[in-house]
Formats: sequence, structure tokens, C-alpha cells
Amino acid sequence: MASSSSRPAPACEPVDDIVLSARDVAKSFGSVHALKTVNFGVYRGQVTTLFGENGAGKSTLMKILSGVIQPTSGEIVLEGEPVRFASTTDAQRLGISIIHQELSLAPNLSVRDNIFMGREIKGPTGIDYAEEARQTRALMEELDEPIDPLTPVEDLRLGQQQIVEIARALSVNSRILIMDEPTSALSATEVEVLFRVIRDLKSRGVSIVYISHHLEEALLITDHAVVLRDGVMTAYARRADIDLEWIVRNMVGENFDLGSPPTGHALGEVALSLEDVSVADTAVPERSVVDHLSLEVRAGEIVCIYGLMGAGRTELLECVAGRVPLSGGRVVLEGEDVSHLSIAERIAKGLVLVPEDRQRDGLVQTMSVGENLSLASIKAFTRWLLTSGSRERGVVDESIANVHIKTDGPRAEIGSLSGGNQQKVVIGKMLATHPRVVVLDEPSRGIDIGAKAEVFKLLAEGAAKQGLAVIFSTSEVGECLSIAHRIVVMSRGHIAAEFGADVSKEQIMAASGEAVVA
Amino acid sequence: MSKHSQAPARQGGGFDLGRILLEGRAFFALIAIIIIFSALSPVYFSTNNFLTMSSHVAIFGLLSIGMLLVILTGGIDLSVGSTLGLCGVVAGFLMQGVSFDMFGVTLYPPVWVVVILTCAVGAFIGAINGVLIAYFKVPAFVATLGLLYVARGVALLMTDGLTYNNLGGSPELGNTGFDWLGFNRLFGVPVGVLILAAVAIVTILALARTPFGRWVYSTGGNARAAELSGVPVKRVQVSVYVLSGICAAIAGLVLSSQLTSAGPTAGTTYELTAIAGVVIGGAALTGGRGNVRGTLLGAFVIGFLSDGLVIIGVSSYWQTVFTGAVIVLAVLLNSIQYGGRKKRVATPAEPKAPDNPSSPASSGNAARVTSEAESTAGKPATQH
Ligand SMILES: Nc1ncnc2c1ncn2[C@@H]1O[C@H](COP(=O)(O)OP(=O)(O)OP(=O)(O)O)[C@@H](O)[C@H]1O
Ligand SMILES: [Mg+2]
Repeated sequence: MASSSSRPAPACEPVDDIVLSARDVAKSFGSVHALKTVNFGVYRGQVTTLFGENGAGKSTLMKILSGVIQPTSGEIVLEGEPVRFASTTDAQRLGISIIHQELSLAPNLSVRDNIFMGREIKGPTGIDYAEEARQTRALMEELDEPIDPLTPVEDLRLGQQQIVEIARALSVNSRILIMDEPTSALSATEVEVLFRVIRDLKSRGVSIVYISHHLEEALLITDHAVVLRDGVMTAYARRADIDLEWIVRNMVGENFDLGSPPTGHALGEVALSLEDVSVADTAVPERSVVDHLSLEVRAGEIVCIYGLMGAGRTELLECVAGRVPLSGGRVVLEGEDVSHLSIAERIAKGLVLVPEDRQRDGLVQTMSVGENLSLASIKAFTRWLLTSGSRERGVVDESIANVHIKTDGPRAEIGSLSGGNQQKVVIGKMLATHPRVVVLDEPSRGIDIGAKAEVFKLLAEGAAKQGLAVIFSTSEVGECLSIAHRIVVMSRGHIAAEFGADVSKEQIMAASGEAVVA
Repeated sequence: MSKHSQAPARQGGGFDLGRILLEGRAFFALIAIIIIFSALSPVYFSTNNFLTMSSHVAIFGLLSIGMLLVILTGGIDLSVGSTLGLCGVVAGFLMQGVSFDMFGVTLYPPVWVVVILTCAVGAFIGAINGVLIAYFKVPAFVATLGLLYVARGVALLMTDGLTYNNLGGSPELGNTGFDWLGFNRLFGVPVGVLILAAVAIVTILALARTPFGRWVYSTGGNARAAELSGVPVKRVQVSVYVLSGICAAIAGLVLSSQLTSAGPTAGTTYELTAIAGVVIGGAALTGGRGNVRGTLLGAFVIGFLSDGLVIIGVSSYWQTVFTGAVIVLAVLLNSIQYGGRKKRVATPAEPKAPDNPSSPASSGNAARVTSEAESTAGKPATQH
């Protein structure tokens, strides 16, 4: 639908013409001032990228522009006219739609039903399912992700869900499309496809707002860069005038690098050993998503797992944690076979997983920030069956400080945190258990480069000082070349290649089977 | 009390009357009920009447506390009314003496043994519920609905539909004291009320100050995340149904002691009253939110309302209507309270997509906008 009805491309001169803008917009949540008098413009037919730390107010601003929430003060101007959106429906009617940072799909419904939820195509005998399915298939084809329209969304991997979310936004045919971290769960190939779609949209005059913490990637598509800091817009520039360093400097004030593999400590014994591990596909049990894979990680060693979507990374890490059963092989923790232990028993023995999908697997939305942070280490502050409030406070405060969570305090609701800060809660919660082996599935999903550097530093210190064994997965090649001693590239459930820290990005990408992007 | 009070008290510094009324609604409803009925009837406002009503509330309160635990984990227990009935019958049966024909003896267990065995029956029913739900993935509604019928049927089978009337025991047999489970008063307070208070205090403590409490809340809030954080989710689920069964058994004992009889149909539809108490008390049926204080208030609201209606002589048909209205009102307020924070499922609008993305409004307009752009987006750039 989005592309099939391609009309002649309007002659779009590269004038910097603002189609939608926020004027003196401020937003407070109780005593939290998320936005302080921001002026922001969306350029017609171009990509305006919003950069900023976690909690800077990016999502808040986008929610205001798309009618999800109303500003405390200030106004929104569309095509020169002040407008008020009472709801997302209003905004959509005016051609503004948004891809949310936190996915908003109904997991029990199929891909098709999610895409047309609330906008069902009516035929003579009720909903025209065939037409919906056809359009869904066309959208999926456009996005290069041949998912069957009837697959329930809960059966999809996180990255695929994100693609469905994108497809839904495309299907609306908006003239302004806001994308709040659309690529956080995608790997390079899918990002490339998305960028192709964005360029296509641009050529049809669609204006795009883009938010991402993958800065280099974002620069590829940006036309205008805007930096937001603590609810204030601090910098604006055209793409031609800036580089990565400019963004980082304006975002966090100094240049961060993601660190290097910690050295100077001897690697210890093998801490975690995967022996011939297989995991069956949930849908087709005869097929294996992880296929006879063996891997050893020593105490004090940091291993990065890179792979495309569907390479089996998440399944591998989940089976290590005990979330999905093994169909073959065994998981050995410090010499002891833990294959048959429950998740709780593995955590007690020091093997923890930081899951990929924070909303579904990481956070208890009904509990406060503090209760979420202490959930995995309750035993540490329990004496004689009773928990101690003050000792719990100690655990929580330490976590908040360690992973630098920006929050109103431990009693704040978890939903009041920005996306990146929620991610830090999930990481902090598992690190608070003082693990021996920590497995992190896409730990950097949605966190800013400052926080990313801090988390990596924390892991590197743990490895160097306490002999922590770390396995983390990523779909950003740049992250492979940070603290990892070893980089393992997965492809179709196998280990396709293994490198030392001195490998190049191109080698990693070639091994994963992905076309090297120039 | 519970740390999980729904008040995000930190937000704003001001004194927000609307919020306070919303959050304390069960409390204010109770006050309103007492004031209205005291005005309508001279006998309503007296210590004695309050104690009598409280002993009725004790039954619902016990069931509601068990129900609260289940609802906090995101489940539901429809079998508590039948469990109450069955447990009362079991207690009555034991009080009659158990005869072993082959030895030609009849054993009369002392009351404390009766209490333990009865609670064991309640726990057993709860365990069946819990195992079906946690390990066999039977939906809670269906599993407990099944047990609702089974337990009631067993109670009817055991008694042939008749009622045990002689629960007093006799001194020669050493099984007196059943009166002390609900009928008698201690320091002027009905024992049933004291039992409710004890159960409530233990539950408050368990929910607020033990790992188990935290596990219950997290299981209801997000079972997947809880499990990955090392919470033994399945064991927690079984535990809450067992505890709910035990609460129902205790309620059964209190009720048969109060009535000095145990009938197989006792407690019919009480499960619904128990759920109503929990809901009026502000708990979310989706799990993860709620507390004992609210639930007790909810039980008192229902108990004081229905007794008040009896006292002022409203027909029992109208009583039903009033009780129903209060429940609906409570659920309505719940959805107002939790509605704001429910995860928003984006609701895409009508398909009226605007055509022609780049129709220039007018060239003059565009020029104006451009100059605006300069003044808005341009300003901060000076920093660069
Ligand atoms: N509903 C809410 N209640 C209270 N505070 C909120 C709420 N929503 C957002 N905030 C606060 O507003 C600030 C800005 O949040 P926002 O989600 O806009 O950040 P962000 O720039 O999108 O960050 P991220 O990169 O982590 O997604 C944060 O400090 C956050 O805690
Ligand atoms: Mg955000």
C-alpha cells in the first residue's frame, strides 16, 4: 500500500521548509520537568534526527508531536497553523504517525491483524481479510522480511516485531512519520532495508523524524541534526556541517569511547562451557535454531556474540539461562552440569541473563524502580524470613549509582523512566546478584553512548577485578570492537567464525554472511 | 502497611483532593454507609450491632484475603465458597466422631485436631487448583470452576444433603470447644473477628516484608520477568491457591461455629462476594496491584451495607441490586485509577490518510514557515 500507489514524485526542491514544529513546548510530569521550552522543527521531505542522552526528553517531545500526550505549555504548528491534538487519532487524521520506542503490538493477534488494528478494511461481508493479508504481504516484501501475515506476533523475534511495527506505521500512508528508535533490535542488513524505505519515503515527500542511539548509523540517513539535553534543545546543524564527534560533544560534553578489552589480569578457569548445545525451533521441533554449538568462556574473559537476526543468538543465551530447554548437549558452570537446573537455581549459582526484551522479560511494570532493581537479589536482604528495608535500600541505591539510572528515586514507577533508563534497570537488577557469569542479550538496546560506555566499563572492571565471565550479544558491529577479548560470529545456529580483539569490522560482517556496506 | 499502596505520593507536592478521594474510596464508602444507615435506623449505630456485623464480615474477610493473594498473582479462585461448605461439613463430620467398624470403636478427635484436618482439606483443594493452573496450564477460571462443583458435590455426598447440628461435643469425649472458633466472644469481641484480625496481620506482614510477598506481586505484575529474575513462579502460584484454600477452611470453621451447625450448602456464591471485596478494595484483577488494607475495607463495605439493608428492612431483592451497584461502581473507579497507566496500545485512527504529502499550502505560507524555522531551529545552533 505504502509504495504500490506511488504517485509521481513531487518536484521537491531542497529548500529547508518546516512542516511541523513545536513552539515553546514544555512538559512536566509532577515535579519532573521533562521538557523546558523547546522549539523544534520537522523539515519537509527530509530526515530530522533527534539526538540526546537517555532521559533527555526525546520520546516525550515525539509523543507530544503525535498526540499521545499533551504539552504543559506551548503549541504545535502544522503547515503554519497552530493545531491541538487531543489524541493520536487526531494526529493521524492530520497525517502524523509514530513508531514507538516501546513496541505497542497485541501479542496474541496475527501480524495482519496488528497492522490493520483499528483500520480494518471493510468488504461486502465484514472485514476483507484477503485484501488485508495481501497488503501485509506487500509491506513485508518491501521491508525484505517475508513473515507470514497470519503468524501471531508473540511467535516473532523482537527484531521481527519491530519490523511489524514499522510496517504498521508505513501502512497508514502518513506525510510525517516519527520513528523513535526503530532499529534498536535490528541488525545491519535490516537497518539497510529500513534506510532504503526511508529514502523512498523521502522521495515521495514524506517528512521523517528519526531517533537513535546508534549514532554512526543515524548519521547515514540524517539531513538535519538536533540535540536535546535535559529537556532543552542545545544544538542544531545541517548534516553537511557535522560529524560524529560533533554529536557526541553536544550530547554528553566529551568524547566517549566504548573502552578496550581489559588486560593485565590472568584469565581464570573455564567458567562457562557449552558442550554441543542444541535448541529446537518452537514451531518446527525437527529443526534446530542452535545447532551443536560449543563455546567456552573463562573467568575474567569477555566474549561478544555477533550475528544477524535469526542467527540464534537469543535462543542460545536463553538456553544458557534456563529459559528454553536444551534439545541436546549440556551447559556446564564452573565444572558443574547445570543443564537441568531451574532459572532460579542458576541465578543462585551465579549464572544470570539480562534479557533482550525489557518490556516482556525484564521489568515488572506494576512495581517501582527500587522493587524491580532488588527483585533478583531479595535473599541478600532477607534475615529470618523478613526483608530489611534499609538493607534493600542499600542494594537499590548501589545499583542506581552503578549503572547511572536517571530517576526520581527508588519509589518512582518504572513506567516513568525513559526507555534507556528502563534498560539500565534490567542490567542493574541482574548485576546486583553479584554473578560469576553474566550473559547479556543486546545490553545496549536503547541506551545512550555515555551509558553504554559506563555499562561496558562496569563489565570490564568486573572481569578484571572479580574474574567475572561476560558474554554479550550485539547487532552493532562497532560494539564488538570494544571490551570483548573474543568475538564469536553466529550464523544459522552455528559459530561461523571466531576472532580476537584485533579483527576489523569488515571481517566480522563478512563472516556473519552480510553484505559489507560501503 | 504494604509498600504497594497505590499512591504515587511523590508526584506533585500539592494536596490533591480528587486523588485522595479516589484512593481512599473504600474507606470513604464505609464511612458513608455507616452515616447513612445510622441516620435511617436507631439500632445501627451501637457497639453491639457493630460487633454482630463484624462477625458476619469475618467470613467474607477471610475469604477475601485468600482471594486477594490469588488475584495479586493474576489468578482467580472460584472454588472458595464450595471449599468453605465442604470444610464446614468435614468439621461437622469429625465432631460427630469417626467410627471404625472393623475395630468397633468410635474416635472423637479433639477440636484442635479437627481444625488441623479441616485446614488440610482446604489446603488440599487449593493444591489441586494450583497444580492444575501452574503445571498443567489450565486457565484459573476453568480449574477453580471445576473445583467449585466438585467440592460442593462431595459436601452433598458426605451429608446426603443434611446438616450436622450437634457440634458442641461433650466433656466426657474431650471434644468440647468448637464454640471458641467463632460463636463465643473474647473480651467482648467475637472470636471470628479476632481470627480475621490475626490472619490479616500475618498476611500484611507476609506481603510487605517477606520474599514471598515480593514474589506474589512480581508474579502478577509480569510472570515472565519474575521468572527470569529467579522467582519460583510456579511454586508461588501453587502456594497462593493453597493459602486461599486454607483461608476458606478457616472461614468454614468460623461459620459453622457461629451457626452451631454445618450444612453442605453453606457458602454458596460466597466466592463472588469475596471477589467483590477484593475489587472494592482497589486490587487490579489483572494482578500485581492491591493490598490487605483495601481488601478488608472492601469486605467491611459489603458486610455493613448488606446488614444495614436488612436492618432498615429493605427487601432481599433490593439488597442484591444495591450490592451489585456498589461492585460496578468500584470496578469503574478501579479503571479510572489504573486507566492512566495501563500500557497504551496504539490505536491507529481511521484510514483517512491524508493524500498528497507535499501539497504546498501556499507559497507565501511556506515562506513564513521557513523564516520561523530559522528563528526556532536556528537559535541554538549559535552554540555550534
Ligand atoms: N509518565 C512519566 N512520569 C514521570 N516522568 C516521566 C514520564 N515520562 C517521562 N518521564 C521523564 O521525563 C524525562 C524524559 O523522558 P523521555 O522518555 O522523553 O527520554 P528519552 O530522551 O526518550 O530517553 P531514552 O533515550 O532513554 O529513550 C525522563 O527523566 C523521564 O523519567
Ligand atoms: Mg525514548
